[in-house]
Amino acid sequence: MNPLVAIGASVLAGFAAIGRVARFAGTALLRLLQPPWYPAQWFNQMLVIGWLSLPVVGLTAIFTGSALAQQIFIGGSRFNAASTVPAVTVIGVVRELGPVLGGLMVAGRVASAMAAELGTMRVTEQIDALVTLRTDPFRWLVAPRILAAVLVMPVLVLVSNALGVMGGWLLATQRLGFNSAQYLATTARYLEADDVISSLVKSAVFGFFIALMGCYHGYRSGGGAAGVGKATTNAVVSSFILILLANLVITVIVFGS
Amino acid sequence: MTIPRIQLAGLAKRFGSRQVLAGVDLAVMPGESLVIIGGSGTGKSVTLKIILGLIAPDSGSIKVDGHEVVGLKGAALDAHRARFGMLFQGGALFDSLPVWRNVSFALEGSAASRRAAAIDNLARVGLGPEVADLKPSELSGGMQKRVALARAIAPRPPIIFFDEPTAGLDPITAAVINDLIRELATQLKITALTITHDMHSVRTVADRVAMLHGGVIIWQGPLASLDGCDNPYVRQFITGSAHGPIQMPGAR
Ligand SMILES: Nc1ncnc2c1ncn2[C@@H]1O[C@H](COP(=O)(O)OP(=O)(O)OP(=O)(O)O)[C@@H](O)[C@H]1O
Ligand SMILES: [Mg+2]
Repeated sequence: MNPLVAIGASVLAGFAAIGRVARFAGTALLRLLQPPWYPAQWFNQMLVIGWLSLPVVGLTAIFTGSALAQQIFIGGSRFNAASTVPAVTVIGVVRELGPVLGGLMVAGRVASAMAAELGTMRVTEQIDALVTLRTDPFRWLVAPRILAAVLVMPVLVLVSNALGVMGGWLLATQRLGFNSAQYLATTARYLEADDVISSLVKSAVFGFFIALMGCYHGYRSGGGAAGVGKATTNAVVSSFILILLANLVITVIVFGS
Repeated sequence: MTIPRIQLAGLAKRFGSRQVLAGVDLAVMPGESLVIIGGSGTGKSVTLKIILGLIAPDSGSIKVDGHEVVGLKGAALDAHRARFGMLFQGGALFDSLPVWRNVSFALEGSAASRRAAAIDNLARVGLGPEVADLKPSELSGGMQKRVALARAIAPRPPIIFFDEPTAGLDPITAAVINDLIRELATQLKITALTITHDMHSVRTVADRVAMLHGGVIIWQGPLASLDGCDNPYVRQFITGSAHGPIQMPGAR
C-alpha cells in the first residue's frame, strides 16, 4: 500500500476518535445542565473516587516527597545549595508531583474500575435495560462520574500536596539534620498562590480526563469479557497519556512565560 | 378493523456479513399474547431490541398503534419506550442495586411505597420479601430471572416483551411464570410478546404463534392450529427432532 494512504488513513481515524470522544463528553456535560439529576449517584461516586483513593494517593505523596527531598539534598550539596531542599521540594510537589502522580494513581484505580463497571453493564445488557426503564445512561452513569471526579480530584491533590511536603519535611528533619521550624518557614515563603492554583486546575482537568476515559471506553465496550478487559486497558493507557499531555500544556501556559 | 398494537413490515438487519433479519412481517393485536419461536441465533432477541430502539434496523417499518417509530429521537423516543416493559434474556439486573430497587426502578413515589410495590411484584413471580434487600449476585440464576421479570411488569406497561421467561427455571416455577404472563394478557389486557423454546410455555401463554427462520416469519397462526400445522419447519421445531429441514452445522 502507498505509505501516504496509510498515514492519511490513521490520521483520519485519529480525528474520528477525537470527534467521538468530544461528542461523548459534550453529551455528558449537557446532561448536567438540565434535570433530572441523580444527586445520590453523584455523592456515591465522590465517595468511591475521592475517599477510597485517599490511602493510595497519600502514600504515593509521602514516599515521593521524601525521595525528592533526599535527591535535592544530594544534588544541591554539590553546589553548596543543600539549603534549597524545602523550597525546591514544595515547588516540585505542588506544581508537578502532587497533581501528576495523584492523577496517575487515581487513573489506575478509577479509570480502570469505571471502564470495567460500565463495560460489564454494557455486555450484560444493563445499559440497554436502563434505557428501557427510561433512564438516560449519560445522566445515571456518565455525568455523575465526570462531575464527581472533577470536584474531588482537587481536594485529593490538596491532601496529596500537603502529605508530599510533609514527607520531605520528615526526611529532612529526621535524616538530613534540618531544623523543623526553619524548614517549614522556608516552605511557606516559597509557596505561591500560583503554585496552588495551577495544582488545583491541573487536578480538576486530570479528574475530567480520568472519568471521561473510564466511561467512554466502558460505555463503548463490546465482545464479552475480553472486550471489557480491552476497554479497561484502553481507559488506563489513554487517561495516562491525556494526563501527561495536559500537564505539559498547563505547565507551559502557566509557568512558561 | 382494529389497528395492530405493533406492526413490523419488511424489517431487515445485518451484522457484518450475517443477514440476521431479512424482511420480517408481523402484527400483534392489542391485548394479544404472541409467542415467537425459532432456532437459536435466528434473531428473535434482535427483533425485540429493534422494536425498543436499542438497535437500528437497516430497513423496514415498525408501527406502534399506527405510528411509525423507526428513527424516533429524543422525547418522542422516550415516550415510545415508556409503553414497553422488557425482560432481557440474561436478566440484565443492575448489580449495584439491591433487588427491591431493581424491581421498583421505573416507579415513582416515596421509598416506602416503591419498596412495598417491589415486594408485591416479587410475590407475583413467587419470591418472598426476604430477597428484597439482597444484591442480584446473591441470587441463583432462576431467581435473578424472576426478579428481572418482576422489574419488567412492575410499571404495568401496556406492552411487555418476555425474552425466554422460563429458561433455567424448574417446571413448577416455570408454570407459575407462564400463568402470570397469561394472566397479564387476559386480565390486564397487556399485549405480550414472548420468546421461548419451551413448548409447554407456548401452549400456556400463546394466543398466536409465529416462527422465525432464515430471517423471515415462515409460519404464523393461532395456537390451536399449531399441532395440525403441516409446515415442516414448525413440525420439526415442536417435535424437537434433529431430522428435518432445519439443519445444524455439524449435524448429519
Ligand atoms: N450487537 C450485535 N452485534 C453483532 N451481532 C449480533 C449482535 N446481536 C446479535 N447478533 C447476532 O445476531 C444473531 C441473532 O441473535 P439473537 O440474539 O437475536 O438470537 P436469538 O434468536 O435470540 O437466539 P437465542 O434463542 O439463542 O437467544 C446472532 O447470530 C448474533 O450473533
Ligand atoms: Mg435470544
